[in-house]
Amino acid sequence: MRHVISVLIENEAGALSRVSGLFSARGYNIESLTVAPTEDVSLSRMTIISTGSDDIIEQITKQLNKLIEVVKVVDLSEAAHVERELMLIKVRATGKDREELKRVADIFRGRIIDVTDSTYVIELTGNTTKLDSFVGAIDASLILETVRTGVCGIGRGDRILRL
Amino acid sequence: MLLTGAEIVVRCLAEEKVEYVFGYPGGAVLYLYDELFKQDAVRHVLVRHEQAALHAADAYSRSTDRVGVALVTSGPGVTNAITGIATAYMDSIPMVIISGQVPTAAIGQDAFQECDTVGITRPCVKHNFLVKDAKDIASTIKKAFYIAKTGRPGPVLVDIPKDITIAKAEYEYPKSVTMRSYNPIIKGHQGQIKKAVQLLLDAKRPMIYAGGGVILSDCSEQLTKLVRTLGAPCTNTLMGLGAYPATDRQFVGMLGMHGNYEANMAMQYCDVLIAVGARFDDRVIGNPADFARIARKIIHIDIDPSSISKRVKVDVPIVGNLPDVLDDILRLLDGSADRPDQEALGEWWKQIEEWRRRDCLKYKQSDEIIKPQFVIEKLWEVTKGDAFVTSDVGQHQMWAAQYYKFDKPRRWLNSGGLGTMGVGIPYGIGVQLAHPGSPVAVVTGEGSVQMNIQELSTCKQYRIPLKICSLNNRYLGMVRQWQEIIHGNRYSESYMDSLPDFPKLAEAYGHVGMRIEKPGDVEGALREAFKRKNDLVFLDFQVDQTENVYPMVMGGKGLTDMILSSEDL
Repeated sequence: MRHVISVLIENEAGALSRVSGLFSARGYNIESLTVAPTEDVSLSRMTIISTGSDDIIEQITKQLNKLIEVVKVVDLSEAAHVERELMLIKVRATGKDREELKRVADIFRGRIIDVTDSTYVIELTGNTTKLDSFVGAIDASLILETVRTGVCGIGRGDRILRL
Repeated sequence: MLLTGAEIVVRCLAEEKVEYVFGYPGGAVLYLYDELFKQDAVRHVLVRHEQAALHAADAYSRSTDRVGVALVTSGPGVTNAITGIATAYMDSIPMVIISGQVPTAAIGQDAFQECDTVGITRPCVKHNFLVKDAKDIASTIKKAFYIAKTGRPGPVLVDIPKDITIAKAEYEYPKSVTMRSYNPIIKGHQGQIKKAVQLLLDAKRPMIYAGGGVILSDCSEQLTKLVRTLGAPCTNTLMGLGAYPATDRQFVGMLGMHGNYEANMAMQYCDVLIAVGARFDDRVIGNPADFARIARKIIHIDIDPSSISKRVKVDVPIVGNLPDVLDDILRLLDGSADRPDQEALGEWWKQIEEWRRRDCLKYKQSDEIIKPQFVIEKLWEVTKGDAFVTSDVGQHQMWAAQYYKFDKPRRWLNSGGLGTMGVGIPYGIGVQLAHPGSPVAVVTGEGSVQMNIQELSTCKQYRIPLKICSLNNRYLGMVRQWQEIIHGNRYSESYMDSLPDFPKLAEAYGHVGMRIEKPGDVEGALREAFKRKNDLVFLDFQVDQTENVYPMVMGGKGLTDMILSSEDL
């Protein structure tokens, strides 16, 4: 099962390596990991996408909690939540492909943020499936480069993760 | 008060009432050593290899309820210390390690004796710090002691660059620590405790399984009371020996891979199991699937939530500090009108006694050749079961655990988790300094003892009168045993050739050496050794080369699938 784990962690040097070290030492999966400071700059928030059985996910959350610098851990996927990921994709845009790529980007509510006479950079936000679908929808031979931020997630409604 | 970083470090250690610092000097810690030189509140013990400094500090902690402290220099000082840190980490021993680091400006420049200490120790410490400003030293050391000792204990490392030890800062030792990200749970969940008590009262075949957590949290008394109140059998893990008195009738021996037949059988066939400060590790329960084959209710008390349901699913998890949780359980048991079903308990004990009659620790005595088990039995007799016993790792470790009946906690010191050969002598140093005048025996073998033999020199310098009982069978015995059972007697590299003359080696270091070759001489030699209160005596027992440790549960097998003697093979 795929899980979205949110972690509030002290914004200190080496904190990220404690988390990534834990995952590699214990053989847990990381599909993606994003981290940045929160509105309170002394705290960082991570979103980790991991897969594993319920037992493994339980161990992951317990082991994360055990790290001294971790303040809070929540498995967002236990309840309603929103996930978003940002992708920048550079495509070869020449001839009739220019029009077609613009059209597909519009359908996916993407924005073209850089234009040359032969390329576009398209910015696209959404959940992982949407980004995957976009990549699938355009001609693979036109893709020059992609970069994705990894997923960040937040609980819906009154589910709030803070101190 | 404006002090240098080095002065602050030493003041902090004095403030924590640190009696001994075990360490080894070097370039990055010169200013720290200079400050140690100028004061006498904190005593320094100079080892001969950093690994031994860590083990000695670790043993100081294991045999008391204090935090062990070690001091090493940057680079190789730290890398030599790693085995000692990992050993303490695996057994949850509270320690603070101060390490020197190259000056701040040189970090990352591949400087002389530089290593990424925080990076290299991260997987084997509870936490670590790199101090980047002299004003942070006091608060960091305070935190280090607090983190090491509270919750599930463990080693904490503080890395201090050389320039920080010279820089000046205002010094005040913090009175308390608060950390928003670290608040260990103390009290257990009352609802869960009630459930546990009811299960225990309703049990027909109760069993108590106690581990190192009982020793670390000093709650042998509460454990003993619980065992007596329930009238249930109790087993201790290798790390828990001494938690419940081994000479008591209700003690069924150690459990696990080389555990007693009756202990392993009772673990498997009980109907309610209460695990107290133990973690169901692979050497204890064998194959988890086989362990789960028999339906029983499991209560698990542990301070570390991640130890619960890690290898075995439990029915009633209780996270909390053991003494507090046990107090709560005892209070509810005392207050309850219900009593355990005496008739069922009688039947259960009848079964256990039947298992006990298998006498799984019996061995064939000989008049010709010294049996290693016999040496431990005699050691127990001669010391009246009241010595501190440290061991190395291997067959001798298991025989010491099986045949020395520990009645008190913190008397048995061994590397249970990491299984580090070479801990024996340095452990002895730490214990003896913590308990001057008490008898300390080091049970070792000719393999393990050579892994830190240089510490005989430290023993000489600090007059540490260990009684080193080396069970010399000229084999890496446990390796040989597995090769015999699993690898068709192909003794690949397990024979120890070109051994030194150990008694002479001990003499070269300024100690007393004895070689014992006949069973009839064992007791006399031990008595003679322990009579020499001020001398370190190295007893080189020439033991049976073919003896194996039984019972034995092979790796991956179920707990009840035991080989009881070589005839079972």
